[in-house]
Amino acid sequence: MSGVAKAAGPQRRARRVSPTLIIGGLLVLFWVVLAAIGPWIAPHPPGQVVDLDAFSPSSAALPLGSDYLGRDVLSRVLVAARLTVSISFVATLIAVVVGVFCGLVAASGGWLDAILSKLFDTVSAVPSLMFGLVVVASLGASTPVLIGTLATVYTPGAFRTSRALALNVTVLDFVTVARARGERLPYIVLREILPNVIRPLAADFGLRFVFVALLLSSLSFLGLGVQPPNADLGSLVRENIAGLGFGAMAVLLPAIALASLTIGVNLLIDATSDARGRGRA
Amino acid sequence: MLDSWAMRLIARRIGGALVILLLVSLTVFAISLLMGGDAAEAILGQSATPEAVAGLRAVMHLDQPAYLRYLIWLGGLLRGDPGTSVVTGLPVADLIAPRLAKSLQLAGLTALVSVPVALALGIVAAVWRGSPIDRFISVATIGVLSVPGFLVATMAVLIFAVRLHWLPALSSGHDTGSVGDLARTFVLPVFSLACAVVAQMIRMTRAAVCDALDSSYVEAARLKGVSPRRLVLSHALPNVIGPIANAIALSLSVLLGGVIVIEVIFNYPGVARLMVDAVATRDLPLIQTIAMIFSASYLLLVLTADVVAILSNPRLRGR
Repeated sequence: MSGVAKAAGPQRRARRVSPTLIIGGLLVLFWVVLAAIGPWIAPHPPGQVVDLDAFSPSSAALPLGSDYLGRDVLSRVLVAARLTVSISFVATLIAVVVGVFCGLVAASGGWLDAILSKLFDTVSAVPSLMFGLVVVASLGASTPVLIGTLATVYTPGAFRTSRALALNVTVLDFVTVARARGERLPYIVLREILPNVIRPLAADFGLRFVFVALLLSSLSFLGLGVQPPNADLGSLVRENIAGLGFGAMAVLLPAIALASLTIGVNLLIDATSDARGRGRA
Repeated sequence: MLDSWAMRLIARRIGGALVILLLVSLTVFAISLLMGGDAAEAILGQSATPEAVAGLRAVMHLDQPAYLRYLIWLGGLLRGDPGTSVVTGLPVADLIAPRLAKSLQLAGLTALVSVPVALALGIVAAVWRGSPIDRFISVATIGVLSVPGFLVATMAVLIFAVRLHWLPALSSGHDTGSVGDLARTFVLPVFSLACAVVAQMIRMTRAAVCDALDSSYVEAARLKGVSPRRLVLSHALPNVIGPIANAIALSLSVLLGGVIVIEVIFNYPGVARLMVDAVATRDLPLIQTIAMIFSASYLLLVLTADVVAILSNPRLRGR
């Protein structure tokens, strides 16, 4: 997530900073900052009806107009963006931590590998949106359930990525040496394997964050995600969909916000992995 | 050409897929238990006498312990009888069959459109790697993949249906009398669905072809003086059939999720919309069956890719 830390690597090697990196980094930085301070700079309380007109155009009081109930679009988007970013981030963090842990353990082989692989294959065989639909319908759409669902759906991917990466490393000589030295499994996993796969795993984290944010918005768009009075960017698109016909800001802005967030993360990943590829060639 | 070794490998993959399907059925059943609610009460309504509810519960095996109900349900699925809808009282199979045909029509059309386009663009991007075309394709695919399917669909509706009035905003799939009607009904849903599929397939195809072009045997062929066209067509491509089959399968599995959103937005009478409705009315037998259909389709796609990869790999053939 930190654009600064990632920028350092390719800058050193490629000398010229690619525009993709700058745009991606700025977009991500922008949303991280907004997610952090958004609710404080929101001009109105997000739930308050401040305008008698629905879908009114922008004015001095309402910089981006009002939504379908006459609430301030800017304030609602600021608060919703925070919710989208934070829920997605926590769910991604859980998915990646659990997935990577299981993946690294599984990469050392044995019966644990067989069990974990089958288990995660099962989870990923249920299409993600369908899984979300069924779980949320069963357990209700509270924030913990949403986070748990999103994390469950994307753990298998993190598992498979980290397992594959670790398998490439476990066959290298220094791991064999560590094994021969009699090091225990936790030491080998944490000190020998993990440092060697951390960069691709960071890229995987970003990619998974995008997937999670998109699934969360899709669930919300279907009415099964974040529930009123709270709203994430997907719910904002859903509730203001009536304004689509005349291009109301209330429906366009959350859509643009969501797209710029995910595009930013994707560009950042693309730029950093591109730089790595060039460095190797 | 197919020796016992490859056959055994394929048989193992099929066996593995069946095991996972069984585990999925357990998962689906377990999740639907969490959904709670009593089907007998749901059917009879609030005014039913306790005796009537108890009688219906016995008929529906609801008084049995969960593992027995699971076995009964699984047995029914295997015999092609997935039970009765709790809400409508109709057999689930009768509800699903026409919807499934509609969804397959939509998915099939999307696959038909997206696979050739994606493969062509993916290969072009890989062959001219680093060129402006490649960079344009790569930025465009990132853009499409970053936007959720419901946005692509709503924007398409806004532009082509609301602003330009070229195409209908809803897609009932009923008035498909002529080819023109068919096209008008399907263009927007297929376009919206194809976007995500195509973008992902391009990226995976490009990566696979790039890998092959970087390999030592292509390098050797290049040094031998093989023409670029032959290099790609007869040296690189035969070796990426497996990875490309994989790319196609995984990208088409995106359809399984995308179709849910698309069918809701366009009000398309497919099986995914039936699922969303079933979730809203808590119609358990319907939900379980559709979830199984979706999971089975996913496994079938992945399995097909695996088998194609095994069959197309010359190293596995000769053993």
